[in-house]
Amino acid sequence: MWADIGFGLMVITFVTAIFSVVAAVYGDYRKDFRWVESARRAMLLSFPLTSLAAGVLVFLLVTNHYEVQYVYSVTSRSMPLYLKLTALWGGQAGSLLFWSWLLSLFSSMVTLRKWDRDREFLPWVIVVSSITLVFFLSLTIFFENPFARWWSTLNGEVAAMFPPASSSLLMPSDGQGLNPLLRHPGMLIHPPMLYLGFVAFIIPFAFAVAALITGRTDDRWIRITRRWTLWAWLFLSLGLVLGGRWAYDVLGWGGYWAWDPVEIAALMPWLTGTAFLHSVMIQEKRGMLKQWNMLLIILTYDLVIFGTFLTRSGVLSSVHAFAQSAIGPMFFTFIGLTFVVSVGLLLHRWVELRSKSPMTSMLSREALFLLNNLLFMGVLIVCFWGVIFPLISELFTGQKVTVGPPFYERATAPLFGALMALMALAPLSAWGHSTIKTLGRAVWKPGLVALLTPIGLLWGGVRNVVAIIGFTLVALVILVTLYELWRGTLARSRKLNENFFVSLWTLFGRNRRRYGGYIIHISMVLMAVGILGMEVFQTQTQGTIPQGGSLTLDNYKITFDSVAQFDTAGNRNVTRAVVSIYQDGKFVQQVYPRRDYFYDSQQPMTIPGLRSTMLDDLYIILVDWQSISSVGATFKVYHNPLVNWLWTGAGIFILGILVAAWPEKDPDGLRASNPALAHSHGSAD
Amino acid sequence: MPEPIENQPVPPVNGTDEGEHSLPEQVAEVPGQEQSNPAPRRGVSPLVQGLIWVVVLGFLLFIGSGLLRAQKSILGKGDKVPEFTLTTFSDSQHPQGQDIKLSDLKGKVVLVNFWASWCKPCESEAADLEAAWRYYQPRGDVVFLGVDYVDTEPEARSYLAKFDITYTNGPDLGTRISQLFNRNLGVPETYIIDQQGILTYVQIGPFVSVAEIQSHIDPLLAGNN
Amino acid sequence: MKRFLWTSLFALLLGAAWFSIARAQQPTPSDDDVNAIARQLFCPVCENTPLDVCPTQACAQWRDEIRLRLAQGWTEQQIKDYFAKTYGIRVLAEPPRQGLNWLVYIIPPVAFIAGIYILFRALRSWRELSRSEKAQATAPPQAGDDPYLDRIEEELKKRG
Repeated sequence: MWADIGFGLMVITFVTAIFSVVAAVYGDYRKDFRWVESARRAMLLSFPLTSLAAGVLVFLLVTNHYEVQYVYSVTSRSMPLYLKLTALWGGQAGSLLFWSWLLSLFSSMVTLRKWDRDREFLPWVIVVSSITLVFFLSLTIFFENPFARWWSTLNGEVAAMFPPASSSLLMPSDGQGLNPLLRHPGMLIHPPMLYLGFVAFIIPFAFAVAALITGRTDDRWIRITRRWTLWAWLFLSLGLVLGGRWAYDVLGWGGYWAWDPVEIAALMPWLTGTAFLHSVMIQEKRGMLKQWNMLLIILTYDLVIFGTFLTRSGVLSSVHAFAQSAIGPMFFTFIGLTFVVSVGLLLHRWVELRSKSPMTSMLSREALFLLNNLLFMGVLIVCFWGVIFPLISELFTGQKVTVGPPFYERATAPLFGALMALMALAPLSAWGHSTIKTLGRAVWKPGLVALLTPIGLLWGGVRNVVAIIGFTLVALVILVTLYELWRGTLARSRKLNENFFVSLWTLFGRNRRRYGGYIIHISMVLMAVGILGMEVFQTQTQGTIPQGGSLTLDNYKITFDSVAQFDTAGNRNVTRAVVSIYQDGKFVQQVYPRRDYFYDSQQPMTIPGLRSTMLDDLYIILVDWQSISSVGATFKVYHNPLVNWLWTGAGIFILGILVAAWPEKDPDGLRASNPALAHSHGSAD
Repeated sequence: MPEPIENQPVPPVNGTDEGEHSLPEQVAEVPGQEQSNPAPRRGVSPLVQGLIWVVVLGFLLFIGSGLLRAQKSILGKGDKVPEFTLTTFSDSQHPQGQDIKLSDLKGKVVLVNFWASWCKPCESEAADLEAAWRYYQPRGDVVFLGVDYVDTEPEARSYLAKFDITYTNGPDLGTRISQLFNRNLGVPETYIIDQQGILTYVQIGPFVSVAEIQSHIDPLLAGNN
Repeated sequence: MKRFLWTSLFALLLGAAWFSIARAQQPTPSDDDVNAIARQLFCPVCENTPLDVCPTQACAQWRDEIRLRLAQGWTEQQIKDYFAKTYGIRVLAEPPRQGLNWLVYIIPPVAFIAGIYILFRALRSWRELSRSEKAQATAPPQAGDDPYLDRIEEELKKRG
């Protein structure tokens, strides 16, 4: 019964969304705003409907309705409640419904804003969001139905929505359960963050398309969607970092990023999204680069859809990919439609987007932002080419090849290094005009201090060139940014005779975007510290030792104290070793690496024993495919220097975004100058 | 001498430096500047447009073909099996192994079985396959080819010895042979090819009995008589 | 006769001992030696999993094969070439630089250089456009007359 209700809700939403598209187009064609208003209401209706449908699915997941195929495939009685909730996005069908829910949420939020100034955008924003919703719902209704049930027929067991001829409902007593690798708190937050990021990008895209269709080629669409872009970018960034943290915690190869095609598919929209965030500032300040910005947002959204297609269609082989399914062709059609329409519209309006005020200096902030864009596009091309090359190779030579980490690391390292150098220069450059002299005058003091870094490193015995350059750039960025903060605050506090900290606070408050951006830059280079530590200085060792034996790695020694095996409540068998860590001969800590074996899915999972400090991590895992007993157990030990700066940097990143995106009380600044306008600009803009 | 000010965020006189409040849409549309711009060209040049569409459509075509290939990754019944050469494990008579071409076996029924020493299900059908081979061998018009899929030679040899396998076996070097049959091959898989080189039957997973194997080979022999 | 037998037996034993010592001089490669090579290879059957972390029995066999080859004195390159020949070039972390695969390595730098060129051209033409516009505009106020005016000019320039 519940499954029927859920399915029915999806169908109603599907029909409503189709109506919304048709009504919006018709209303715009006839210039009859009543139809557009009707379309807007239909789009608003989709949110409660999808919420109910998703709610029904969550209910089924939590109450063990194993006759529903999706519930059977992703839950089991032994899973704790929070994991059953996260199972909503644990499989293809559920995650597609979750995607539709997010889409209707964001579309509704956007439709609730005040549209007085932008009425011509409304129909097209509705059309774009509703068509996308129609597409994703059609995937769940016709192909990957989360409400399909198990029926026992004469030919065996079949999963379908409606009972096949002469069949009866099957009621399995238990489910298969989630893949053990997914049974982790990371499951709570990593997929939703990623999906939030992906789906949120449709709003700026919809406005961009609306701007192209209506010919409103000024930057109104950017101003409206600026906060959306920032939040979308925030969620996507966090989703990527959380994925890295989860991999580090659970996958047992002591790393956080494998340059797997699906990881790259999520990274690509982030790259163009970051470039877009920067270059829209140029358009807002100088009215330039309209064509380029339009292209960037279209590229970002197209990459989101393309990445989703790659992950779910089975075209790429990857540990992350969903199992191959029939949605491939549908997705391909949607991609085709999206690419063709967006490129067509862009070409149609290309000339009208021509920019008005050109550049004056090669070192101005605009020029540096453009260089930033070029570098991000460079990384994008490396990633894109690396992902599709195996397909090209198979098509033209029939041979499968792997494009792996060495390729990506070698190609992107210099580009990221250049980006760090840009982050150091960015606070110093000015809009419109900068020369080598002005930049030089501003950078020499922090630059001199930053030179202490390579000197210190060389004196400390570090000889790796990448590390020396990398850490020097990190120091430069931090010093320059802090120096600029210091100078600005000092100037203000002197001039206005304010307390230093009051000045600092006010500066932050009045220049949220700029200072939030600086904090984000600092957070990025802190993450770079972690990355450099791992990539350049990570060491590992593996060995089989008996109880009482020990392994050495760098200045660490680990001894195998004892091992125990027992069953636990989560329907799994745990083998837990006790290992002592000694650093420079002194006892530091005991850790407990374990191997869990899940009975229901018959799969193992290793959990490392981890000792973390800001300086390094010692990461110890039980090599689970060897026998584990007091006679001998195989351990793999990773020494990961500086890795925790990665996660610390991510925390500071969140702080930076909050500063940059915090809504301002008087966004247009018009209330102060014209009280009469105050009432019409109260909405979050 | 006052400090150089060009790079200081001088506290703005009114509001923030976000730019929102200072002349929003008017920045781009200053009337005087419109006239100083040259007359806009009529759209993007057709050549460039054409080039862009070629790239976009070409890319879509390429992805589409990738998708098609992913969907249809396995050889189907009725398809002509492409030519391949199996180099057998070396033995006393053939120190370099023997090269067996599929085309040389025309006129005979060929059973191609993919297996590996690390594959547990393969072991369940190994005895049945050998028994079936001994049944058909005297006739001379049926050939069994065992293809060892991504395996290590010592373990493969001990697998063959364990089940006393007497039909021809060889490693699938570079996975070239398996890629012809199924791009996502798993072991065990068996492909039965008729006397004209057409694929007649695909078995994913192990056979359950000798009778099952015979049920797919006998019709081909009967039809030929 | 007896002396002859004892001497030959002694010589035989000595020969056998020397022979076995010579054979045993190659130490068994450690897990770390194996992993150093396995890390650069991918599992031939699993998806995108490096060979040193792959948990399947097949991967364990392949790692043992690496250990065997190392014990026989093979170099890293020889082992990688052998794996590529036996299991397909898919097991290598990067496509070998031959034939069509050259495109992997060439296209990104070429595209990047093309990007630099386009950017440079665009910047230059914009700068020229701006210079000609400046020439058309009225003469700017004399700099240095009034420091407050200068500051306002700077502010305006910054804000666009």
